[in-house]
Amino acid sequence: MSVPPHPEHPDITPEMWEKIDAVIARHRGVAGSVIAVLRECQQVVGYLPVELIDAVASGLNLPRSDVFGVASFYSLFSLKPKGRNLIKVCMGTACYVKGIKEVITRIEARFQLAPGGTSPDRRFSLEAVRCLGACGLAPVMVVNNDTFGDVKADRVIEVLEPYR
Amino acid sequence: MDKVRTQLMLCGGTGCRANRSEMFRETLQGELEKRGLAEEIKIIETGCNGFCAVGPVMLVQPEGIFYQKLTPEIVPHLVEEHFLKGRPVKKLFYVEPASKETIPKMESIPFFAHQMFWVMRNKGVIDPEVIDEYIARDGYFAAAKALREMTPERIIEEVKISGLRGRGGAGFPTGIKWEFARKSPGAVKYVLCNADEGDPGAFMDRSVLEADPHAVLEGMIIAARAIDAHQGYIYVRTEYPLAIRRLEIAIRQAREYGLLGKDILGTGFDFDIDIYQGAGAFVCGEETALMRSIEGKRGMPRPRPPFPAVKGLWEKPTVLNNVETLANIPLIINHGGRWFASVGTEGSKGTKVFALSGDVNNIGLVEVPMGTSLRRLIFDIGGGIPRKKKFKAVQLGGPSGGCVPEQYLDIPVDYEEIAKVGAIMGSGGVIVMDHETCMVDMARFFMDFVQDESCGKCTPCREGTRRLLEILEKICEGRGEPGDLATLEELSHIIKEASLCGLGQTGPNPVLSTLRYFRSEYEAHIFEKRCPAKRCVALLRFEIDPEVCTQCGACFKACPAGAIAWKKKQPARIDKEKCIRCMTCFEKCRFDAIS
Ligand SMILES: Cc1cc2nc3c(=O)[nH]c(=O)nc-3n(C[C@H](O)[C@H](O)[C@H](O)COP(=O)(O)O)c2cc1C
Ligand code: SF4
Ligand code: SF4
Ligand code: FES
Ligand code: FES
Repeated sequence: MSVPPHPEHPDITPEMWEKIDAVIARHRGVAGSVIAVLRECQQVVGYLPVELIDAVASGLNLPRSDVFGVASFYSLFSLKPKGRNLIKVCMGTACYVKGIKEVITRIEARFQLAPGGTSPDRRFSLEAVRCLGACGLAPVMVVNNDTFGDVKADRVIEVLEPYR
Repeated sequence: MDKVRTQLMLCGGTGCRANRSEMFRETLQGELEKRGLAEEIKIIETGCNGFCAVGPVMLVQPEGIFYQKLTPEIVPHLVEEHFLKGRPVKKLFYVEPASKETIPKMESIPFFAHQMFWVMRNKGVIDPEVIDEYIARDGYFAAAKALREMTPERIIEEVKISGLRGRGGAGFPTGIKWEFARKSPGAVKYVLCNADEGDPGAFMDRSVLEADPHAVLEGMIIAARAIDAHQGYIYVRTEYPLAIRRLEIAIRQAREYGLLGKDILGTGFDFDIDIYQGAGAFVCGEETALMRSIEGKRGMPRPRPPFPAVKGLWEKPTVLNNVETLANIPLIINHGGRWFASVGTEGSKGTKVFALSGDVNNIGLVEVPMGTSLRRLIFDIGGGIPRKKKFKAVQLGGPSGGCVPEQYLDIPVDYEEIAKVGAIMGSGGVIVMDHETCMVDMARFFMDFVQDESCGKCTPCREGTRRLLEILEKICEGRGEPGDLATLEELSHIIKEASLCGLGQTGPNPVLSTLRYFRSEYEAHIFEKRCPAKRCVALLRFEIDPEVCTQCGACFKACPAGAIAWKKKQPARIDKEKCIRCMTCFEKCRFDAIS
């Protein structure tokens, strides 16, 4: 089956489109697979641009609105571009009790971004997540793939410094 | 294989990994190889040991020596002393904070001594990525027994006798649920495992999956046999990558061993399991929403009846059970329902796993018999409140639950008893709060969560929780008005009554329970514009009381904004122009001089 030509997009390279096509092909015809497809596509591109959602919809033969509905319902999916580094701060109960709020305030002030947002220089995206399952280390912050436990407000900026 | 004289059970759970357990393992492996010990001493990476507070932890078997707070730097010393010279390293032993006594053996540590390991029977003992180790500890015996020797009716009967109730929150009797699904007509049925673990501050399901994934698979096989299902799904949070990986390995191995797939153990029974990753929506933990989500739709609850036992996934009869519920099943089949029912209280049988966290010394995973008092849980096992602070309340059941104040600490862990004081057993999150926690702020926190996670289908839940949140924010910001408390109560009751699913029906509970026990704190915020716990920034004055200030200078040194003026022998003073209201100084002042 031939693949329709893909629109140009600054954040999606031809190699990415290839991967995306492969993901879609693998799941085509599998009932209920749209969430898995969106997840894998987001892993490829980093977020879900409109053009990508359109490609998923036509690839899986689903109404565009259904795919949008799913993408906007689940917090895993991001419709906006992300920064170079992703900070996840835990807003679970244990971390809240242990003072994550003060940590977030510091990050917000220093990098000019709010949870859900990206800093103007695209250096960081900040995401507030609910319980990373490491409550023993509360308050917890994850930067890209590094987990930091027992983060203190007065140390957090220093911890973030190496991430450029 | 025979040459192995020592096994090092190193915790590879999420908590310990975040504390560099991986790097410790690599360093240790390298050192053992360098010293020619790698043949006789094997490192086994286990799931969460439970005592995350002192991680990374490692148990040396067969001696039973328990090491804590391990670092890569200590490796050469450890290998030299313990594994070459046979002298266990004392400075890595656990030290009991109260008595300062060092305790070398795991079972003598108070944290473990009061526990009872049923669901967590294999944690820290087996390598969760090796099916043989599970089998060596009687694993899959129960599945074999259920498939070969028991009729489905007998299985259900045994589960009913055990008195097991669902550990996912609602506490519905598992045997009865299975019986409904068994009796539902239909050729295609499903068994689902709920590993969504949405309660923020709970991590027991994750740890069970990481430490003992086969126990859950075995429980599902038995459930499948009981209701005659041939396909199962595990719905697991995408935030749990290690649990997912271990489940994938476990499923693959079980298939290789003929424990999943066609003609299991030659009995002619077919059953297979697939993993389904959630995508970050709390409401998807609700059963009907979870099934919609597996179908690839927006995970919104639907009215019941029809119940999932009649019309569940893809409209087929379905049983959904929680991870911990399923991990109990092999025990019941192996030892009998009556044996299981011998532990616990009248209405709550067996054990319960709790995730103990917040302001408590021994943060971690604990398993106790039903009926254990909260005091024992928090003070004997949990080791009390850190830094000599005072206990204020404990939140049970997460955002659907409530807080329990000091006067009820002696109530037993039991579905009904906990409900009587306005909380719920829930999934088992136990969050301890010390006296520096503001209860209005906590109510606001939970409402923020509920409001954010409401799927929006029901107007009372969607709009009502938003309104509750607005009022709570207003109170925390010092704009509370006299009528607010009555409005909070009234709205809460409306939301509870008019919502479709458990999220809305229980979401206002944290508000009601804090109002019930800490009303005066709300009143201080509203009428005196004062936050007694000093947590609500808008109500703080950022002033230092010169009478109370001991002139120690701790605040001065900590202030990131250079807003504090202090000289030796002079009380400190805050320059409000420069102050960024970060509250660091409140934390640092040991004399409560700043308000
Ligand atoms: C909003 C909401 C979230 C829920 N989240 C979970 C969850 O994360 N894990 C879980 O096992 N049950 C959760 N439940 C309960 C499930 O609906 C269901 O009762 C349970 O999984 C049944 O299993 P059990 O009988 O073994 O407890 C949730 C319920 C509601 C209303
Ligand atoms: S109660 Fe709330 S979460 Fe539940 S279905 Fe209604 S709107 Fe959705
Ligand atoms: S609140 Fe922060 S900025 Fe203000 S005085 Fe205290 S430490 Fe300094
Ligand atoms: S609450 Fe933050 S890791 Fe659990
Ligand atoms: S993660 Fe290691 S003890 Fe819990």
